[in-house]
Amino acid sequence: MTTAPANYTRALDLVTRVRGVRGAMLVSADDGIIVAEQLMEGIKGPAVAALAASLATRLRRAMEAAGVGASLFWHLQAEQGALLVVPTAGGTLVVAVAEPDVNVGLVRLELLRAGEVVG
Amino acid sequence: MAEEIKTLSSQLAQDPDSLVFLRLGELLRMKGQLDAAQRVAVTGLDRHPHLPDAHDLFARILADKHDYERAFDEWDMALRIAPDHVGALKGLAFLYFKVGDLAQAAAHLEAAQRVAPADASIAQALAMARGGESPPSPTAPEGEGEPVALPASDAPTERAPPPPPRPPGAAQPLEEARVFAGLEGAQEGLLLLDAAGRVLGGALKDPGGKDVTDAVAAYLAGVSQEAARTAKLLALGRWTGVAAEGNGGHVHLTAPTGDALLLVVRDRAVPMGRLAIIAQRAAVAARRWLEKHA
Repeated sequence: MTTAPANYTRALDLVTRVRGVRGAMLVSADDGIIVAEQLMEGIKGPAVAALAASLATRLRRAMEAAGVGASLFWHLQAEQGALLVVPTAGGTLVVAVAEPDVNVGLVRLELLRAGEVVG
Repeated sequence: MAEEIKTLSSQLAQDPDSLVFLRLGELLRMKGQLDAAQRVAVTGLDRHPHLPDAHDLFARILADKHDYERAFDEWDMALRIAPDHVGALKGLAFLYFKVGDLAQAAAHLEAAQRVAPADASIAQALAMARGGESPPSPTAPEGEGEPVALPASDAPTERAPPPPPRPPGAAQPLEEARVFAGLEGAQEGLLLLDAAGRVLGGALKDPGGKDVTDAVAAYLAGVSQEAARTAKLLALGRWTGVAAEGNGGHVHLTAPTGDALLLVVRDRAVPMGRLAIIAQRAAVAARRWLEKHA
C-alpha cells in the first residue's frame, strides 16, 4: 500500500468502508499515476489508474463538447462489478472498484466527500 | 495518431512541397481538427493545384464542416482533373443524395464502380442509394474498412445546415432508414458511432441548439475499447455501460454491438436511472439497425 498523507488516507477510508467496495485509489488525472491507494490484492492498480485517467479525459472532453459541462461523477458498469470515479477540482480522480451489487448512490456520495477532502 | 501527425508536420515543415500534406490533412480531419486540416489542405492546394487528391481532401474537410456547396465545387474540380477519381465520384454521389437526386447519386456511384469494380463498398453504397438510403459518407477515410452508411434523413436535417434546394419531384430519404426513428431525442440527444468514432446515426445538439455531433464523436473514438480493457483488467466481465453526471446534464454510453457505441445525452432533469432505460431502448433500435445494414 502506498504511504500517503493523512488526508489521502482519510479520503480513501471514506470510500472503502462502503460495503461492496473492493478498493479505492487517488489518481492524477493528467498522467494516470496513482497518488494513493487502498486496493485489494490482485487488482492491477497502475494499469487501471492509467485507463481510468484516459477514460476520464475522453469523457470530460466529450461532455464539454456536448454542452453538459465537466463530469462530476462517472460510473463504468460491467457484468461483475463497477468502476466509479469522481474528478476533483485539483486534478485528482477519486476511484472506487466495486462489486456488482454495491449501492452506487452511497459510493457516489462517499466519493464526492472524499473528493472534497482531497481538494 | 498524434505521433504520426507530429512526424508528418515535421516532414512538411522540412519539405513544403511534399505530398505528406495529404495524409496529414486527413489525419487532422479524422481527429476533428478541421481548421488545422483546412489550413494544411489549402496550403497543399496552393502548391499542387492540379492534384485531384488535394481537392478531394479539401472537399472532405468542407463536408465535415457542412459547407456542402464548396465541397461540391472541390469534388467537381477533382473530377475535371481526373474524371475517374473514385473519392470524388463517391463524394458527389453523397451530395446528390443529400438534395434528393437519387438518379445522379446512383449515376456517380455507377461511374465509381466502373473504375473500381472490386470495391465492394461501392456496390453496397449503390444498393443503398437505389433503396433510398444514404450512400457512404464522403468523409469516411479511403481504404479503412467498410464505409459509413449514414442514416438517410439524419444527414441533411440534423447534422447539416439546411440543404440546397431539393429539385422538384425528388425523392425524400426514407424515414425507416433512420436509426432512432420514433425515439425521444432522436434529433438532438442520441448518437451511434462505430469503433473509430465515425457517426453512423443520430445527432447531438448542445443546449444552445448548436450541432456538436462531430466534435463529441471525435472525443469518444476509442472509449469502447478502453472501457473493455478496464473491465478486463479488473476481471469485471463485459462492460455494459458508462453513466456520467455533468454540471448541465447526464450522459450514458453503451455498446449495442461489439464495435459500435451509443451515446444518450439529456439534461439534469432526467435522472440517471431513467437515462439508462432510454439508452437500453435506443440500443435495441441501434442493434436492429446495425443488423439490417450489416
